[in-house]
Amino acid sequence: MTDSDILVEVRDLKVHFPIKRGVLFDRTVGHVKAVDGVDLRIARGKTYGLVGESGCGKSTLGRALLQLNPPTAGQVSFDGVELTTLAPNKLRAMRKRMQMIFQDPMSSLDPRQNIESILTEGLQTHGIGGSREERRKIISETLDKVGLPRWALSRYPHEFSGGQRQRIGIARALVLGPELIVADEPVSALDVSIQAQVVNLLDELQDSLGLTYLVIAHDLAVVRHISDTVGVMYLGALVEEAPGDRLYTEPLHPYTRALMSAVPVPDPDVEDRRERILLAGDLPSPANPPAGCRFHTRCPWAQPTRCADERPVLREIGESRVACHFAERIASGELRPHKVSVEIVRPAGEGEEPDTVSAPSEPGSFV
Amino acid sequence: MALLEVEDLSVSFARRGQRTVRAVDGVSFTVDTGEVVGLVGESGCGKSVTSLAIMGLLPKQPGLTVGGKAVFDGTDLLQLDDRSRRDIRGRDIAMIFQDPLSSLNPVIPIGLQVTEVLTRHRGMKGDAAAKEAAQLLDRVGIPDPKRRLKEYPHQLSGGMRQRALIAMAVACQPRLLIADEPTTALDVTIQAQILELLKDLVRDSGTALVMITHDLGVVAGMCDTINVLYGGRVVETARRRPLFREPRHPYTVGLLGSVPRLDAGRGERLTPIPGSVRDLLPWAEGCAFAPRCTRRVDACVGQPPELVSAHDGRSYRCVNPAPPAGATPAAAPVDPAAPVDPAASVDPAASGEATSAGGQVPAPREEEKP
Repeated sequence: MTDSDILVEVRDLKVHFPIKRGVLFDRTVGHVKAVDGVDLRIARGKTYGLVGESGCGKSTLGRALLQLNPPTAGQVSFDGVELTTLAPNKLRAMRKRMQMIFQDPMSSLDPRQNIESILTEGLQTHGIGGSREERRKIISETLDKVGLPRWALSRYPHEFSGGQRQRIGIARALVLGPELIVADEPVSALDVSIQAQVVNLLDELQDSLGLTYLVIAHDLAVVRHISDTVGVMYLGALVEEAPGDRLYTEPLHPYTRALMSAVPVPDPDVEDRRERILLAGDLPSPANPPAGCRFHTRCPWAQPTRCADERPVLREIGESRVACHFAERIASGELRPHKVSVEIVRPAGEGEEPDTVSAPSEPGSFV
Repeated sequence: MALLEVEDLSVSFARRGQRTVRAVDGVSFTVDTGEVVGLVGESGCGKSVTSLAIMGLLPKQPGLTVGGKAVFDGTDLLQLDDRSRRDIRGRDIAMIFQDPLSSLNPVIPIGLQVTEVLTRHRGMKGDAAAKEAAQLLDRVGIPDPKRRLKEYPHQLSGGMRQRALIAMAVACQPRLLIADEPTTALDVTIQAQILELLKDLVRDSGTALVMITHDLGVVAGMCDTINVLYGGRVVETARRRPLFREPRHPYTVGLLGSVPRLDAGRGERLTPIPGSVRDLLPWAEGCAFAPRCTRRVDACVGQPPELVSAHDGRSYRCVNPAPPAGATPAAAPVDPAAPVDPAASVDPAASGEATSAGGQVPAPREEEKP
C-alpha cells in the first residue's frame, strides 16, 4: 500500500474519560481508558470492519476518528490532513468529507423534521447547492440511490419502517458526497430480512460511489460479510487485524478464536461439528484493566508470568497483525488450552464499598 | 402424549377507535418431554405473545381476547383461575426473560429473589433456603455464590444477571422451561456461555425447553424441532436438519438467504426478503407472506393456505412451496423466471400487481413499534 492509497491513518490514538467524584471540587479519581493506543490505516475505497464486545471501545474509536470525542492523545490524519490539531472552522469544512451512520435510526432522526428538512440541513450548513431547486435535485438523486421514493420528502420519520429509517440515515450521510462513512452498528437494530437489504445497499453504494467505510459492529458475520480488513478490539486496544477471509480461516489471537467459535452459524451440521472455545467470566472494567496482556485473565492459553507482566504489541505474522506473545506456538498446536477459573470481574473492593463509582459502559450513559 | 399441546392459540388486542390487532392468529405446536422446541420469527410475528399467553402473563385489560387451547399435562392452562395458575407457574413451568435487568427487582437482593421461589413452591425457609439458593447459583456458574446472594442486580454483570434468572427458573426443577430471547441482550462470548448452560441443564434434568428467538444460528445449534412463525401463525414446522437443509416455505428460505454467515466469503451478496414485516395480508384474505413472496401465485390470495403435512413430522403452510431435495438452500429461493431482485424492495412496480401492501407503502401508524 502506498501512502496515496491510505485515506485515514490513526496513530496511537487514546481516548480517556475522567471519573469524577465530589460536589465542590470535581476530583478526578481515575480514568476509563476507552481507547488506549490504537494504530490503524484504512485504504481508499475499502471497508475496514471493527468488531468487539460491548465496552471494548469500538464506538468511541469511531467517534474519536471523526473528532466527535476529542482524543486524549495520538494523531488522526485524513487524506494527509491532521485532524486533531485542525482549527474548528476548518474541521467543520472537513466534516462534509466524512459522515456517520448511527445505530438507532429512530433516535438519530429528529421526529419533528420532515425528510426534506433533514436532508437539506447539511447542504445548507456546508453551502452546497445555491438555490432551493438545486438542493432539491441533489436530495432527489440521493433518495434514488438509497432506494426511497420521491414522495418520502414531505413525510416524517415515524411514518417509515425501521429499514426505511435506516435508509434515511444513510441518505443523510450521502447527501454531502462524503469519501469516508463511519457506520456505527448500522444494522443491529433491524430485523434479519431487513438487515440483508441494508447490508446489500451499503455494498452497492460502495461499488457505485467508491466510498470508504469504517463499519463498527458486534456481529462478526455482518462484519465478515462487508469488510476487506477486520480489526478485533478488546478493552480499548486492537488485538488482531487481518484481511477478512484470513481472519476467519486462520484466527491467530486467542480472543479472536474464542469470538469466532461463539458466533452461532445457521447450519446444524456446522454447529454440531465445530469446536467451541468458551471464555470464562466477563470483560474486565476498562477503568482498571489487567496489567500485561489485557486478555490474560480470560485467556485459555495464557502462560505464567510473561502474559501477566508484559503488554504485547501488534506484530506482523504473515498478512495479519497480532498482539499476542505466543501466537505462533498456539497456531502450531504446541500450546494447549487450559481451564480458566472465573475471576471476579469488578474492580477490587466494589460491592463492599457502596460509594465506589463504577464506569459507565458508554460515555454519558449511566444505565 | 405431548407435555404441552398448543392448539389454535389466538390473541388479539382491540382498542377503541383502532383496528383490532391479531398478534397471534391460530398457532399450534407441541412440546414433548425433554424436547427442545424453537419458535423463530422476526419482530411482530407473535412469538413473545405466544409465550406470555401460555404463561398467563398478558396484562388483563379490556379488549384482550385469548382463544384456543394450551394443554399442559392434561390441564388447559388458558382455563385455569389465577390461584391454580400461580401454583403451576414457577413449579411446573418456568420462564426466562430477555432482559435480565428489567425482569429482576432492582431493590431486592438476588438471594431473596431466588429464595422466594423456594419458599412459595418448596416450602423452604431460612438457612435451608439460603443454602439451596447458593447451590443453585453455583450450578448456573456464578462464582462466590454466598456473597452474590446479598448483592443487588445492578452489582452483577449482564451475563451473571441472566444466570441468576436461570437459577430462579430451574429452582423447582420445572418440567417445561420457556426461554424468550434469553441471549439477545448479551455479547457473543457471553451468549455462548449461556447457551451451553441451557444445553447442560436440559440434558441433565430432562426439562423440555421452548426457545423463542430471532436468531437462526441459535436454533441450529440447540433445537430438536423448529416452528417458524410469520404474521402470528406457524408457517413451517420441521426437525432441525431437514429445515436447514431443505426449507420448503418461501419465508424460511428467505430468512436463511438473508442471514450473513460467518463461514461465507466476502462479496457474496445476500438475498434479502423484499419489503418489510409490516407488509402483511390478514390471514383471512390469503397468505400473510404473499406481499413479500417471490413464489407467489394466484392461489395465494383469496383464502388462507392449508397446512400441508409431509413425511417425518414436517408441515408447511404454502400452496407453492420451494422444491424439495436436490435444490440447495442457496439456490432454492431463486426461481429462474422470477429472480429475487434486491431492487424489488424499493420499486413498488417491480413487486407485482397483486400487492397493494407490497413495496414502500408507509405502515399503518398503530403498529408503530420498532
